[in-house]
Amino acid sequence: MSTIATKTWTTSRLRAWLAALALLIVAYGLVPYFGTTYLLEAILTPFLALSLAAVGLNLLTGYAGQLSLGTAAFMATGAFAAYNFNLRIHGLPLTASLLLAGACAAAIGILFGLPSLRLRGFYLAVSTLAAQFFVQWVLTKFGWFSNNNPSGVIDAPPLSLFGFSFEGPLGRYLFTLTVVVILTAVAQRIVSTQTGHHFIAIRDHELAARVIGIPVFRTKLLAFGLSSFIVGVAGVLWAFAYLRTVEPAGFNLDRSFQIVFIIIIGGLASIRGAFFGAALIVVFPVILSCLGSWLFGGLFDSGVLDMSQRIILGLLIIIFLIVEPNGLVALWDRLSQSLSSITASKRNHP
Amino acid sequence: MINFDFAFLIEVLVGGLLAGVMYSLVAIGFVLIYKTSGVLNFAQGAMVLFAALTFVSLLERGMPFWLSLIITLAVMVILGIAVERVVLRPLVNQPPITLFMATLGLSYIIEGAAQLLWGTQVHGLELGIDDTPFEIAGVLISKFDLVAAAIAAGMVILLTAFFRYTRIGLAFRAVADDQFAALAVGLRLPQIWAAVWTAAGVVALVAGLMWGARLGVQFSLSLVVLKALPVLVLGGFDSILGAIVGGLLIGASEKLAEVYIGPMVGGGIEGWFAYVVALVFLLIRPAGLFGQKLVERA
Amino acid sequence: MNQGIVDLPETATGRSGVGHSLALRLDAIFLSFGGVKALADVHLAIAPGEIRAIIGPNGAGKSSLLNVISGIYQPDHGQVWIGDQRFSRVPTQRLARLRVARTFQNLALFKGLNVLDNVLLGRIADRKATFVEQLLGWGRAGREQNQAKERADAMLDLLHLKHLSNRSVNSLPYGLQKRVELARALVADPKILLLDEPLAGMTAGEKQEMTRFIRAARDKIGTTIILIEHDIGVVMGLSDKIAVLDYGRKIADGTPLEVRTDQAVIDAYLGVAHEESRAVEV
Repeated sequence: MSTIATKTWTTSRLRAWLAALALLIVAYGLVPYFGTTYLLEAILTPFLALSLAAVGLNLLTGYAGQLSLGTAAFMATGAFAAYNFNLRIHGLPLTASLLLAGACAAAIGILFGLPSLRLRGFYLAVSTLAAQFFVQWVLTKFGWFSNNNPSGVIDAPPLSLFGFSFEGPLGRYLFTLTVVVILTAVAQRIVSTQTGHHFIAIRDHELAARVIGIPVFRTKLLAFGLSSFIVGVAGVLWAFAYLRTVEPAGFNLDRSFQIVFIIIIGGLASIRGAFFGAALIVVFPVILSCLGSWLFGGLFDSGVLDMSQRIILGLLIIIFLIVEPNGLVALWDRLSQSLSSITASKRNHP
Repeated sequence: MINFDFAFLIEVLVGGLLAGVMYSLVAIGFVLIYKTSGVLNFAQGAMVLFAALTFVSLLERGMPFWLSLIITLAVMVILGIAVERVVLRPLVNQPPITLFMATLGLSYIIEGAAQLLWGTQVHGLELGIDDTPFEIAGVLISKFDLVAAAIAAGMVILLTAFFRYTRIGLAFRAVADDQFAALAVGLRLPQIWAAVWTAAGVVALVAGLMWGARLGVQFSLSLVVLKALPVLVLGGFDSILGAIVGGLLIGASEKLAEVYIGPMVGGGIEGWFAYVVALVFLLIRPAGLFGQKLVERA
Repeated sequence: MNQGIVDLPETATGRSGVGHSLALRLDAIFLSFGGVKALADVHLAIAPGEIRAIIGPNGAGKSSLLNVISGIYQPDHGQVWIGDQRFSRVPTQRLARLRVARTFQNLALFKGLNVLDNVLLGRIADRKATFVEQLLGWGRAGREQNQAKERADAMLDLLHLKHLSNRSVNSLPYGLQKRVELARALVADPKILLLDEPLAGMTAGEKQEMTRFIRAARDKIGTTIILIEHDIGVVMGLSDKIAVLDYGRKIADGTPLEVRTDQAVIDAYLGVAHEESRAVEV
């Protein structure tokens, strides 16, 4: 009996690796040839950046159970840190700026995660909200961060990685893709080691975790640090590769909520879920606006679009929480399981 | 000795206290719902916006004041019942964090619906209270703020009396204390929750009218909820008195900080100061000033 | 271990004489919540390798006692000795290092993990590898993981849970979940094991099995066991000594026979005198 169990285990693992490989082939091989500029610039690049931010947040909120409503603040920290490192240290490769930016975001994350020693749940969320408002204020108020640019909007520097220069929509897409792939692999690794299990233990039963000897406070801070590092890098990607400007306005509370929605809809405590959720969030407004103008014509202006988007997004959240609290990932898994059982039964009964 | 302008200090302080009262108006709605169902209703701000927008739009379409008020009240009642049926009942045994996320989604729905129905432009709101400042002992006080404080006080008195002397109020308190025991004595939870959310809706309407008259009725009204959170942290999530005291403290400290510390750092600290105060407070006294201390029984 | 005549204040010497070391000792524990007295003047002395049951009516303070021993509650007065270390409040986060493990009345499994991972976590106190080492899988991280897995597999084998290793704990019936929690506690090789109603909600057959496992833990590993349990038949057959609590006070402390025939205990808890009751043979 145990041999069958191990056989299916290896098969499912093999299938996961194959799927990942297939995705990489499509992403690196097919998309650059068949993708339009619009697809690359307006859909794929923001999708990747948001996915990475969601992966980061999921580590903290989905796995470790610490609710954070300040994700955008950590993204902003990353973006501005990278900009300033790149600007003020001549000859610093962008890779180094990226890593340093992540480290800055991690530091801020740990700072606002310190209250987790004594706070839980909503109360901890208050701390992250404080981060959100405070960081946004600092970055707006002190012109030094924007290089004292009078308009407050600064251009992002050109992208390069390990000496290769990434220009144009395709270049930026490939840059983003590479960074996201690397960091997602790291996140996946974290989750499958004991550290990831410590996160889950703290989320599921903090008292028991403490009793069996998990260093709870240190682990929470680790979660804040790792999560904010990834989120910070995502912020750099968002600003440098997608928007190509660095400004505080795009990293507001709405953005923080957006990332929270992504992980709820995609599936908490799931790396894949971040991508599912981000895909929906990025693609859905496009579909909605096409649908709306097709159904309602001129009546469907941008104001109506904005409001309907809000309503439908809110509805989606509630529907998912009621019907499938484990998110799109759970739906996907159920679908693929019933598909494979249908094909299996077809094989047995041709 | 530097000539310290005490009159100015008092003025700022009083202004801050009265602004704090406005925060309390919103926070009281939170407390109502949290006290009876343990749900932190993030959609309270959206409800404020919705109530104010409905009222103002009816007014603008020529309806008389009192009719508009009654219709808006009716709408908030329907909203309360709908929320209980559609959102709360299916999620009844979920952990509090899930319910909080649901109210997050709810806030998006209500905000979107309000503006889809009534439009996104700013509406002015005239309540017949003119905002002429008057002087007491050399300190300028806004008449409007005083009326707001009076209304808030009135509401607290009404609510306290309601909880203590009416059967429904008693039922609210029973549910807040122990849901299962309440069920055991035959209290119908769905009805009570619908009533609670309606009450919160009424409170939201009052808050919406006051805030709308002061700021104009527009989308940013729903962001007032963000200021209510530090108020709740200070006052305790389940105490109406705490909502008042917390509001006063937050309002006062915010204004004082803005006036005295603000210029040193370029201003605009009102955006986050309340949160930092709340955070510091949380680290010293996690349950808030009047909240019930949680005894963690393993 | 005989310490000799020298009086070492930190040694948990029992009243019976110098040099008799106890596994666990509670001295004059007082605990109250608000106005409610949960524990009043409770003394307890437990020898190594002993199975001590704590019984009493609901609300007598049994769980509170366990919580004091595991540091979740801080007593208002009194001391807790674990081995020869004295505490006014036991540091919960160091329990594992003190080689104390416990289970909870309401099940404290990690629902997001499977059976094997839950049990593996029981060994974490012995791990020295840092987060980075674990991430890279280098050197001692890999070794520690393998060692832990071996221990966990052995424990699962012992408790007949091996075939469920990859199942999510959520999908298991209640009785099996309780067994997993026991496995997690035992895998840490504890010197002292605190069990809070380990048999609650089990069928007769499950209880027999569980009782066997508990006894095996003491017999094979030499663990000192303190358990709260309501099934008097099991308690009588399993325990070396029994302490009886009522309204936060200890009203009896002795062998099963002594306790069974103690009038105060009968009045408070057992009801009719149990002359005919037979201990459950395990």
